[in-house]
Amino acid sequence: MFTKTLTITAVATATLAAAPAFADRDQLKIVGSSTVFPFSTTVAERFGKSTDFKTPIVESTGSGGGLKLFCAGVGEEHPDITNASRRIKSSEVEKCASNGITDIVEAKVGYDGIVFANSKTADRFTVSLADMFLALAKDVPAAEAGKTQPNPYTTWNQVNAQLPAVKIEVLGPPPTSGTRDAFVELAMEGGCKAVDWIKDLKKTDSTAYKSLCHTIREDGAYVEAGENDNLIVQKLQANPAAFGIFGYSFLEQNSDTVQGSLINGVEPTFEAIAEGDYPVSRSLFFYVKKDHVGVVPGIEEFLAEFTSEDAWGEDGYLADKGLIPMTEDERSEWAASITGLSNLSM
Amino acid sequence: MTNMFTTPSRLRKARAAAERRFRWFGLIAIGISLTFLFVMVGSIILKGRGALSTSGIAIVVDLNPDNVDPNDVKGTRFDSLMKKSLRNTFPDVKSRKDKKKLYGLLSVDMGFELRDQILENPAILGGPQKLWFTASDDIDLLLKGAVDMSLAEDNRRISDMEAGWIDTLTAAGDTRRKFNAKFFTNGDSREPELAGILSALMGSILTLLVCFLVSFPTAILAAIYLEEFAPKNRLSAFIEVNINNLAAVPSIVFGLLGLAMLLNVFGLPRSTPLVGGLVLSLMTLPTIIIAARASLRAVPPSIREAALGMGASPVQATFHHVTPLALPGILTGTIVGMAQALGETAPLLMIGMVAFIADVPSSIVEPAAALPVQIFLWADASERAFVEKTSAAIIVLLVFLVLMNLLAIFLRKKFEKRF
Repeated sequence: MFTKTLTITAVATATLAAAPAFADRDQLKIVGSSTVFPFSTTVAERFGKSTDFKTPIVESTGSGGGLKLFCAGVGEEHPDITNASRRIKSSEVEKCASNGITDIVEAKVGYDGIVFANSKTADRFTVSLADMFLALAKDVPAAEAGKTQPNPYTTWNQVNAQLPAVKIEVLGPPPTSGTRDAFVELAMEGGCKAVDWIKDLKKTDSTAYKSLCHTIREDGAYVEAGENDNLIVQKLQANPAAFGIFGYSFLEQNSDTVQGSLINGVEPTFEAIAEGDYPVSRSLFFYVKKDHVGVVPGIEEFLAEFTSEDAWGEDGYLADKGLIPMTEDERSEWAASITGLSNLSM
Repeated sequence: MTNMFTTPSRLRKARAAAERRFRWFGLIAIGISLTFLFVMVGSIILKGRGALSTSGIAIVVDLNPDNVDPNDVKGTRFDSLMKKSLRNTFPDVKSRKDKKKLYGLLSVDMGFELRDQILENPAILGGPQKLWFTASDDIDLLLKGAVDMSLAEDNRRISDMEAGWIDTLTAAGDTRRKFNAKFFTNGDSREPELAGILSALMGSILTLLVCFLVSFPTAILAAIYLEEFAPKNRLSAFIEVNINNLAAVPSIVFGLLGLAMLLNVFGLPRSTPLVGGLVLSLMTLPTIIIAARASLRAVPPSIREAALGMGASPVQATFHHVTPLALPGILTGTIVGMAQALGETAPLLMIGMVAFIADVPSSIVEPAAALPVQIFLWADASERAFVEKTSAAIIVLLVFLVLMNLLAIFLRKKFEKRF
């Protein structure tokens, strides 16, 4: 207790002594998704080098964590921009509004594909979304329509007779990860909807529908391998029977050791994701606090850099980092709305 | 009559066997720990040594007044000039896609590198000059032999065409490998060939400085008061129990406290060594207090009594006689606590130090990362070339730790007194 008092005194003294020094901030603060982090930092670095502004600070907090910080208030202690690997939720917009943040600029950056990959030493798989749902869901439809059973499948050929008799073993991100959310929504739910009676269930009982389609099995066939995608790639190399779920940029960097499975017959390539043919891809966003524009220097210039063709264009430097660019029309539309600081409309 | 004090030979043998067994177990245990240590450090050094060298490519750049105006060097479009020079080096590259690959031979920083070379030595202006530039990360790996060229072309990051260019350049003596000074002088970067450890290292040093300045005096005063002056009652017993418990609290809890108190209540700036140091000092305080109290207790009571007997006041006895004798132990405890703090990431996560910070911090109120954070961020990056950077950063962290421990040993030897 005594030591605590001393510490608090020390802290208080430090605060008083240091307070005037941060009266105004001259450096952009960005928080948010770890998926957008590599792109955001690349732009930040270029921006810092090519302009007289300081290099923005980019924190990797996750999409949800970033929006929480972003919505905490207006003022120099709060971030100016938050990255998100999903769209802002209406609950988050309300949270922002209750803290006085009503003017938000939404910016779509591009796309990110989620791949289902295995080691190059094993055979390449061709799976459908339905196969993935059946292999990975906690409960799967039973023979009788409207009934479910705990997932009985242990090998891929039980799911789909055309697949080889290999044990189902999938390494993927934990529930805290945005990649996991996107995988569940796009791949699992996509396969789940393919069953007619489940599709009808969505209208009658959406909670039951969600829990059926969104719950991943917990019996060991799906292994939560942590947030680090490099680790999953390494594990795939060591275990050719296993599959991994991770972002497209890691597939691109490790194309000598791992291969992406064809999903619904489409190979995860840059072009297929860009054209929207590959089914498991999601949009990446960032959000700008309009009240900070003009107060914290450099926001408009940063947005101009991010939306330049050199950055997010088809041959831009972000594409080299693994970002899948939007189409030309989309880009010009978004660039206009971002640099024009149009308000977010849900 | 047999001697009643001799043990029967069977028991004697069993005792000797137990003795031998124990020694063997001990040796095996040491052997296992050494093997683990050796494998760990060995693999890190093997992986990380690549980061200590970097590849360069020499390109002829025409610095005639048409390209670079000697009166307005900064107005030059350096990137385009570099691209033009690359195209001149390999004139038969025509398609857009191939040109892009060609530009990718050099680091994205090539324009800035050219500018810096001209500003440093304006005498090179005027005509064609062969200048060295940093190679991009993929080419760097190729030149280091880390790319398996026996794989099919689609399966590697380097195409046959790129490998051909590099072979041509190498044959002409226009590629080189040299010591990677950038790794120690640059801040963080998204480009592996440009990324350096300096911003994280400075961040760690500043954070530890704050941590030391806050926790060392506080902890020593607390320990001396508790050990020498505090009345032995329920309150002091309660405090003692709490300090011991505090030492066992997981570090993330201190991070949360830092977030709630330092950032939200006191409004200190996020991501700065000031807040990081304060949070880590909360963590190291109990460690230092416990170590300091133990070493104060180890000072023979005779010293204290003799000092008091000669007429010294309790404060004089403590500060002139007892504390100097306890100092070696206190310093060791402090350095152990600081070394722990050096390796912490969890509390820093909560206060925003897990961030991309390219500029090297120069004061405790400027945003900074720390060494373990840098390791964490690089280990998470998709670029293949960050693998060696990660290991190299671990080596830097380990060297830092060893230096701190050497300091502890040195201080102990210097101040140690035997009775």
